Amino acid sequence: MAVSSARVASRQIGNSIFVAFCVAFTALALFALAAILWSLVSQGIGGVNLAVLTQDTPAAGSTGGGLRNAIVGSILMGVEAMIIAILIGVFAGTWLSEYAGRSRYGSVIRFLNDVLLSAPSILVGLFVYELLVARGIGHFSGLSGGVALALLAAPVITRTTEDVLKLQPIALRESGVALGTPVWTVTREILWRAAGSGMLTGILLAFARISGETAPLLFTALGNLNFSTDMLQPMANLPKVIFDFALSADDNWRRLAWVGSLLIASTVLAVTIIARAFAKEPTRS
Amino acid sequence: MTSFAPEPSRPSDDDVSVATIDPEKVKLDIQGLDFFYGKSHALKGVSMSVERNAVTALIGPSGCGKSTLLRTLNRMYNLYPGQKATGSIMLDGENILRAGVNLAMLRAKIGMVFQKPTPFPMSIFDNVAFGVRLYENLSKSQMTERVEESLRRSALWEEVKDKLQTSGLGLSGGQQQRLCVARCIAVRPEILLLDEPTSALDPISSAKLEETVTQLKNDYTIVIVTHNLGQAARLSKHTGFMYLGELVEFGETAGMFTNPVTRRASDYITGRFG
Repeated sequence: MAVSSARVASRQIGNSIFVAFCVAFTALALFALAAILWSLVSQGIGGVNLAVLTQDTPAAGSTGGGLRNAIVGSILMGVEAMIIAILIGVFAGTWLSEYAGRSRYGSVIRFLNDVLLSAPSILVGLFVYELLVARGIGHFSGLSGGVALALLAAPVITRTTEDVLKLQPIALRESGVALGTPVWTVTREILWRAAGSGMLTGILLAFARISGETAPLLFTALGNLNFSTDMLQPMANLPKVIFDFALSADDNWRRLAWVGSLLIASTVLAVTIIARAFAKEPTRS
Repeated sequence: MTSFAPEPSRPSDDDVSVATIDPEKVKLDIQGLDFFYGKSHALKGVSMSVERNAVTALIGPSGCGKSTLLRTLNRMYNLYPGQKATGSIMLDGENILRAGVNLAMLRAKIGMVFQKPTPFPMSIFDNVAFGVRLYENLSKSQMTERVEESLRRSALWEEVKDKLQTSGLGLSGGQQQRLCVARCIAVRPEILLLDEPTSALDPISSAKLEETVTQLKNDYTIVIVTHNLGQAARLSKHTGFMYLGELVEFGETAGMFTNPVTRRASDYITGRFG
């Protein structure tokens, strides 16, 4: 008989071993994730109260206090970063997909964007420090913090925008053009709409990426013990507060560090879930 | 010595036969058209006329240049650098291959429907109104009328009249294709280019689309590319058979299908190749 049952059996064993490895390492990854979430929730939830939102970071040794200055600072810089990053990312991604084609200039920009996509955030922080803190503005500021975050978010949006636009069928572009529509109008009114949910997913993922960044803010926004909405002055922010408070010996500070971490983690989680919901939006083709 | 000469009654392999049509009835006059994808020579000296308010079908095996010919008629190839056409295509006394032609105005006159349905990601109403808004400033009621008229002419009105505000992507494939026809004729073109419009549709949807074309053929000059010989025979008045970038035979559909003049057209129609 030509069929060897021994070969079949050994292949089945090999298959089982492979599946067992996959399951084991997936379980390990999920366990780590669950452990992080559990420690965040168990240690952070007890410290949550209204004062977290209404009071500013307390002095060492005191009781009470909250994270208002850091939360507002993070929101302001996040909004600034996202406005800049969306403008750059959407237009750059659209240009790469619709206009650059296979030109050499396009390939160079695409390559540089990929490099920026994986650039260490501390380098981006140093770059903005050189540009805006040491020279431009001359001191630490919320504005430069937002610029540093924007530099981290923009490549993500550029990349996802280009990718989801390229997924749109060529016939869709051509049928727009066949009506006599200028290419720019086809892009704006047909392609952006068709690719909208994917582009939004990229934007939300970019936001998730920058929401926990600490390194670039150390060099740019620095931090502020007081409440401030002046973008030209140093600005408090959650990652920096967590960094300072978590390493201290002060119990109250450590409590607030846990609360801040929980806040960031739940924001990222919420954004990711929203992004998933948009990505799943049913489309018939 | 053995003779390999073909039988005298049988036309030779490289025969070409292009019928002319009454100049009074010509809408598009193609003369000496060559087309290049970069260095590849895709159309070779194509000359033919398209009759006004009648259907002209283009048939031939895959890659023979039918779609390429269609895409020169609305200068779609202009989107792609490296593609170029030489020769002349006269439309109402103007050579549309000339450099200074206003492409938006040309495409308003010459609409196109593609192989796969391409509804825009918007409501059925907006799909039809999309092209109109590029050229005309209609009041709300005028636009509603135009949309209804276009959907009626494309035989889709009865199926969608109660859901005009829902997404065009929710329609079936055949309905989407008729929506594309409606979107095209809403701009009030004079010529319709149909590039294998039923090849992605099931037989029932195909039959409906053919009905639509039949309804439209008295008011529009239609050029249709098709792989379905039966469809060409049912719909068209004239047929062009293309092979390897050449227009091999062009003439009245009835004559071509019953009694093709050239050997290559005869082989193709009888199913010997292609």
